[in-house]
Amino acid sequence: MRLTRTLKAAAAAAVLVAAAACGSSDSGNGSSSGGLNPPDLKQPSELGKTEGRVNLIAWAGYVEDGSNDPKVNWVSDFEKQTGCQVSSKVAASSDEMVKLMKTGEYDAVSASGDASLRLIASGDAAPVNTDLVPNYKDVFAGLKNGSWNSVDGQMYGIPHGRGANLLMYNTDKVRPAPTSWAAVFDDAPKHKGHVTAYDSPIYIADAALYLKATRPELKIKDPYALDQKQFDAAVDLLKKQNASIGEYWSDYLKEVSAFKSGDSVVGTTWQVIASLAADEGAKVKAFVPKEGSTGWSDTWMVSSKAKHPNCAYKWLDWIVSPKVNAQVAEYFGEAPANSKACALTSDKNFCTTYHASDEDYWKRIAFWNTPIEQCLDGRTDVKCVPYAKWVQAWTEIKG
Amino acid sequence: MARTAGRLAGVLHRHPRLRLTLLLTAPLLWLAVLYLGSLTVLFVSAFWTTDSFTSQVVKVWSTDNFHALLTTPVYRQVVVRSVAVALAVTALCAVIAFPLAFYTARVAKPRWRPLLVVAILTPLWASYLVKVYAWRLILSEGGLADWMLGPFGTGGPGFGLPATVLTLTYLWLPYMVLPIHTALAQLPSGLLDASADLGARSWRTFRSVVLPLVLPSVAAGSIFTFSLSLGDYITVQIVGGKTQLIGNLVYANIELNLPMAAALGTVPVVVIVLYLLLMRRTGALSSL
Repeated sequence: MRLTRTLKAAAAAAVLVAAAACGSSDSGNGSSSGGLNPPDLKQPSELGKTEGRVNLIAWAGYVEDGSNDPKVNWVSDFEKQTGCQVSSKVAASSDEMVKLMKTGEYDAVSASGDASLRLIASGDAAPVNTDLVPNYKDVFAGLKNGSWNSVDGQMYGIPHGRGANLLMYNTDKVRPAPTSWAAVFDDAPKHKGHVTAYDSPIYIADAALYLKATRPELKIKDPYALDQKQFDAAVDLLKKQNASIGEYWSDYLKEVSAFKSGDSVVGTTWQVIASLAADEGAKVKAFVPKEGSTGWSDTWMVSSKAKHPNCAYKWLDWIVSPKVNAQVAEYFGEAPANSKACALTSDKNFCTTYHASDEDYWKRIAFWNTPIEQCLDGRTDVKCVPYAKWVQAWTEIKG
Repeated sequence: MARTAGRLAGVLHRHPRLRLTLLLTAPLLWLAVLYLGSLTVLFVSAFWTTDSFTSQVVKVWSTDNFHALLTTPVYRQVVVRSVAVALAVTALCAVIAFPLAFYTARVAKPRWRPLLVVAILTPLWASYLVKVYAWRLILSEGGLADWMLGPFGTGGPGFGLPATVLTLTYLWLPYMVLPIHTALAQLPSGLLDASADLGARSWRTFRSVVLPLVLPSVAAGSIFTFSLSLGDYITVQIVGGKTQLIGNLVYANIELNLPMAAALGTVPVVVIVLYLLLMRRTGALSSL
């Protein structure tokens, strides 16, 4: 009996430790702030001597030093030219980026729009003096002073690149060819069990964008600024869509395989996935439907607690320099931010495929933004639904 | 030097309690600090909240998370689904493992038995992810499952809950076969002979002699299959289609709402403790 009890305790402990490992980490003390009144931080007026190293947080594929693929390397030359040793940490999600930036151990981050406002508001990201980044002048105008990377005309980072969330469909199975997001919402039951969607709370904005066009009485202006009524309508639409969903995707290779096998025949995608799937023989097409689309634009931001700010500025300038920006855009599969990058891509059609310089195309894209209580579209008579609620709703939508 | 060592050995010999203390301090510290300590942190942090905008953990005591856990329909639904998956996997494993173990332990020629056990263990040599992705290919549209079931007028199950149960059953089957094999191998043949001498047919022998003796081992194996299935969140992401299990909810909350993730994380803890208490009655824990 005694042995039994000991064993029981040990077995219980062994099982529980897995669960505990997930929950035992902790973050620093809370600095809370509501709304978009960023702390008054000064931008540097000139650069000093480089510090010899720089610590970066980035999406996979943004900081490549040849260790993944010897031919893909734009870090070694940077280190040689500036003397700044690069150490980078790959983040798996925007939320992880926000969390890592709070540690103060990193100098710069490639933040997407659903993270950037949080970083600005909490004072973790410092304003950036664009005069100290010579290559900034060649960045496409459509990426400057966006609502996701600036506050009152003050830039908080340097644009890295952008991409649209496209509607992809199997040309054999989905006929006639769709022209509207209705293919994944109102017409989704036609392909029950084979519809796919991006697995993230930010996908609620895609439903809002569709409602903006199809239900004008909801008066949606900005899919990232939804009051409770608008938000509920979007959530209802997604719950209805859930019945037709085969699977949600977050791993892009999983989506490529699902479209190749026919498990998914219609759903959201990125250009890089569409190109990969087509290269591997899937009969797919991807386009921006008539309602426009959501999209993402990443921005390199400097930490307000940066220990190596000069090296960080050097990195910002390096990553948007024409040659490097072309390399990283082609490797990752996105439109480059630097207008001169298009001349330097190895695939001469790259910028056409990705609509890099087509500003009319980008006008139809609503870039990811962080939903906060203060409505981003300027309304002051209502409160908007903050991102934390989006996360909860996403769990409920998936059921 | 030798004298000091000798004196030390003498001291330890004369003081058995000191000896025991020295021996047990390290493992007990490990158990208390790493296992129980992290569990306590998990449980305590479940009572904190987060700042809704910056996602910072705010260390203010509140039971909101547990309240949400108990009152939100989606959480209840996911918990019930997860437990059902774990039970289904366990039942399937037991049903498949029993005849398999009976063959390897009693029917097969003795010199083949070790080889058969090795064969049962071979799936454990491959990476977990490789096996699950292999199942993704088998179950995908036009895959092996569709091709094999096509002539019977049905397709494969596709991705979803059945696919998850099937894949988990495949993954954890060896953990069920091994304890049953051991129990069956240790079954004295005298008992079976006696049963036959007393006129029992094979079914009667199985029900009244074999099953009661082997049941604790089935329960022991079920502890593995049940707990491994309950904690899994990767298989369901790969072959589960749009299905969410409790692990997926923990994962979805871990960055933005750590206290909620902790509250969700206590659910499998509680379920497993209950399961272990239940299994203790069968004597499973002494046949692990």
